[in-house]
Amino acid sequence: MKLELRGITKRFGALVANDHIDLTVEPGEIHCLLGENGAGKSTLMNVLYGLYQADDGEILLDDVVQRFSGPGDAMAAGIGMVHQHFMLIPVFTVAENVMLGHEKTRAGGRLDIAAAREQVRAISSRFGFDIDPDALVDDLPVGVQQRVEIIKALSRDAKVLVFDEPTAVLTPQETDELMVIMRQLKEAGTSIVFITHKLREVREVADRITVIRLGKVVGQASPTATNTELASLMVGRAVELTVHKDPAKPGNADLVVKNLSVIDHRGQLVVNNVSFEVHAGEILAIAGVQGNGQTELTEAIMGLQPRVTGSIMLDGNELRKASVRTVLDAGVGFVPEDRSEDGLIAEFTIAENLMLDRSNGEPFVKAGTLQLGTLAEFAEKTIVEFDIRAQGIGTHAGKLSGGNQQKVVLARELSRSLRLFVAAQPTRGLDVGSIEFVHTRIIATRDAGTPVLVVSTELDEVVALADRIAVMYRGGIVGIVPGTTPRSVLGLMMAGELPSTPEVAA
Amino acid sequence: MTTVSGNLATPSSTPASKIVLATAVVKSWKSPIALGIFALVSIVLFGVFGRDGTSSFRLSSETDFVQLPVLALPTRAAGIVLSILLVLLAAYATWLAYRARRVNLWLIVVFALIFMVGFLSWASAGHTMPVTGLLVGSVGLSVPLIFGALGGVISERVGVVNVAIEGQLLAGAFVSALVASATRQPFLGLAAAMVAGALVSSVLAAFSIKYLVDQVIVGVVLNVLVTGLTNFLYSTVLSPANETLNNPGILPRIPIPVLSGIPIIGPVLFRQTIIIYIMYVAVIAVWYGLFHTKWGLRLRSSGEHPQAADTVGINVNRTRFWNVSLAGAIAGLGGAYFTLGSIGGFSKEMTAGAGFIALAAVIFGRWDPIKATFAALLFGFATNLQSVLAIIGSPVPSEFMLMLPYIVTIVAVAGLVGQVRGPAAAGKPYVKS
Repeated sequence: MKLELRGITKRFGALVANDHIDLTVEPGEIHCLLGENGAGKSTLMNVLYGLYQADDGEILLDDVVQRFSGPGDAMAAGIGMVHQHFMLIPVFTVAENVMLGHEKTRAGGRLDIAAAREQVRAISSRFGFDIDPDALVDDLPVGVQQRVEIIKALSRDAKVLVFDEPTAVLTPQETDELMVIMRQLKEAGTSIVFITHKLREVREVADRITVIRLGKVVGQASPTATNTELASLMVGRAVELTVHKDPAKPGNADLVVKNLSVIDHRGQLVVNNVSFEVHAGEILAIAGVQGNGQTELTEAIMGLQPRVTGSIMLDGNELRKASVRTVLDAGVGFVPEDRSEDGLIAEFTIAENLMLDRSNGEPFVKAGTLQLGTLAEFAEKTIVEFDIRAQGIGTHAGKLSGGNQQKVVLARELSRSLRLFVAAQPTRGLDVGSIEFVHTRIIATRDAGTPVLVVSTELDEVVALADRIAVMYRGGIVGIVPGTTPRSVLGLMMAGELPSTPEVAA
Repeated sequence: MTTVSGNLATPSSTPASKIVLATAVVKSWKSPIALGIFALVSIVLFGVFGRDGTSSFRLSSETDFVQLPVLALPTRAAGIVLSILLVLLAAYATWLAYRARRVNLWLIVVFALIFMVGFLSWASAGHTMPVTGLLVGSVGLSVPLIFGALGGVISERVGVVNVAIEGQLLAGAFVSALVASATRQPFLGLAAAMVAGALVSSVLAAFSIKYLVDQVIVGVVLNVLVTGLTNFLYSTVLSPANETLNNPGILPRIPIPVLSGIPIIGPVLFRQTIIIYIMYVAVIAVWYGLFHTKWGLRLRSSGEHPQAADTVGINVNRTRFWNVSLAGAIAGLGGAYFTLGSIGGFSKEMTAGAGFIALAAVIFGRWDPIKATFAALLFGFATNLQSVLAIIGSPVPSEFMLMLPYIVTIVAVAGLVGQVRGPAAAGKPYVKS
């Protein structure tokens, strides 16, 4: 089916998220929509899927103008979508999720679960998936959940399939498998819109590329274009894709983690007997697919997990069972993975956010009273130093862009004297410019002789920053390898396979 | 779509099995400690402070097919035997915990039953305990709780926290009394109660869904509003014309042939008013509907992940509005039981917190209609036990016994339920971003 968008415009108040966007997807074509976070890709697709109503423009399928007042209409017209955040109900089974919204019933209004199971099996076997229709979605790995989303769309005979940032949650191997699935779908005549900001994937699978920047189509490209060409088109200026980094000069093993395990409220070992060291002046990156225990590991170091066994020694002091206050006082800086939930208080100003972890004494508090003058002075100096773009120090943190929010968090953590810096997903959802800035600051921290622990699910980031890489899988560390380890090996390790022995470093 | 030929590698190497993480061995001592305390209480109460005499249990009523003999137990001996059983069960639970095994629910249920028999025989020493009467009364007191809990389950499953059950019960009670008296048609009274309950909950639905007001606050305000409104109307309209407007009479008991003659079960379950038979149907229907029909699947999806429901073409807010209204209609029937089923007239604030106990039953029953029904029955039993013991003259002060239903509620919800997961989106309005 041929999909055509003509002059789609969508405004949110004063913000124009989509500005007269034209896009044509031919039948059996994989069309990539490339753009930075916040460029308006997802908005455009939500308009296509009927979740938003366009202020202007029209949608045509096989040259017929369509009116979608909701996702139901879009689905009926043959549009399917694999959402970035899966639209699956965790407590339902696969079959229930697939049938939801177009349920078949038997006598007495009874749901025909058997028919739904059969449908799941039929579509699964067509693509070689191995999915149990009666498994609860909550129990499935993320990669499999995505397949359930694909099955859901195909069960409604989708002729145009939109993949919204589908690879963000996948291992490199799963990403490769997804590419195979996309090609299979294309062979079968499905038109595919593939939204991403990852250049490598685009070049691998796309037939045509449309680049969007700040809500406008800024150009078309062919898959033969180089990474640099695509990146400069996407960002609007020449960008350095990797930050310059000198070889590490590792010192003593300042952080020594031994046999660390974390037990969650269900009694599962989410971190399972993990041991590693981080030396002064080196970056240890923890790679792995989201949800393999990285979050809990960093929280355990920060004293945020209640049931921890093993040992966490920083400069010879035991931090396990220490309170968060003690951990901070020991000189640990922490960038949490969800900055808007855990890193900042949105309703507080930039200045207030900058002193959040220093509310217990001088210089910002004297005799129980906030020293607003000192704070203002400090904040003014810091927003210049960290290039925080805001109207002033009195701006609420929630009003800032993601990049500037992350700079506030970094500024707060790095303006203390640190003995250890822990950064979890430091650049998630940031634009290319902010990523450069964050990476530069992290490397500067390392060069100042601080041990740095970076947790990232983005392989690009891991490779760009790490001196050594520890790969986590299902709570354990698969191996610790040098930063120069090839991606293919890292990819296998992220799927839990041990690399061949010579690659394993101490 | 055609099948793609097989020169491509099979794209799936990950089987869709459960993620199995290693599990730590966790020993939970909560149950053994609780059981141990109760076993200790039983030794002290039934043994050390045991009472002499004979406890009699009357099991049959005159109309049963078979007359069961009156069960007579020597109080102290029975108490000692039962407390030994309780100690053994507690020891078994301790052993289970030591071996890091789960203490099953059946063990707790058996323990509770034995404790209850022990307590009843201790309390009724020298008297006769009318077992059938105790149970019949329990079912009666549970009826509004069960209807209220069903309303709560539906409402919360669809994503709206229903604190206004109390208001729905009270509105149902008032309107059913008024309509049934004025028309002399009890069935019109039942229908009117459903309408009244639905009206109250549609206000809750409108404010929480359309105007995004905090659902708990709207619920609390509605309770106060309905209380005030019915008090006012009672004083100004019903009281002056009590004979014509507040005299609905009580619905007749309809014994079901054959079934009603079975000892104990017959009088308890099958010699009841039409409202209770409607209740049986309602419990089954809500359970079947929630888990086996399209209606229930869509309803639950709206309460778990409204955005996912939206993306498959379900109108979340419409689903929520109508189902919350339906929940109110069901709770309204529970209100009608106060006036048409048991008392035979409306009086001020006659629901006396039943709506809140129903809310507790929803949580204790983990948002499942059948389990919530059993929870409501437990609370009804605790309430009735209190009045039965007061009548036969129990050694426990009556003021203390009055607390019993509420203590059972607190212990049940706080102690036994602990942390449970309700519908994920309950209480959160759905706004398309």
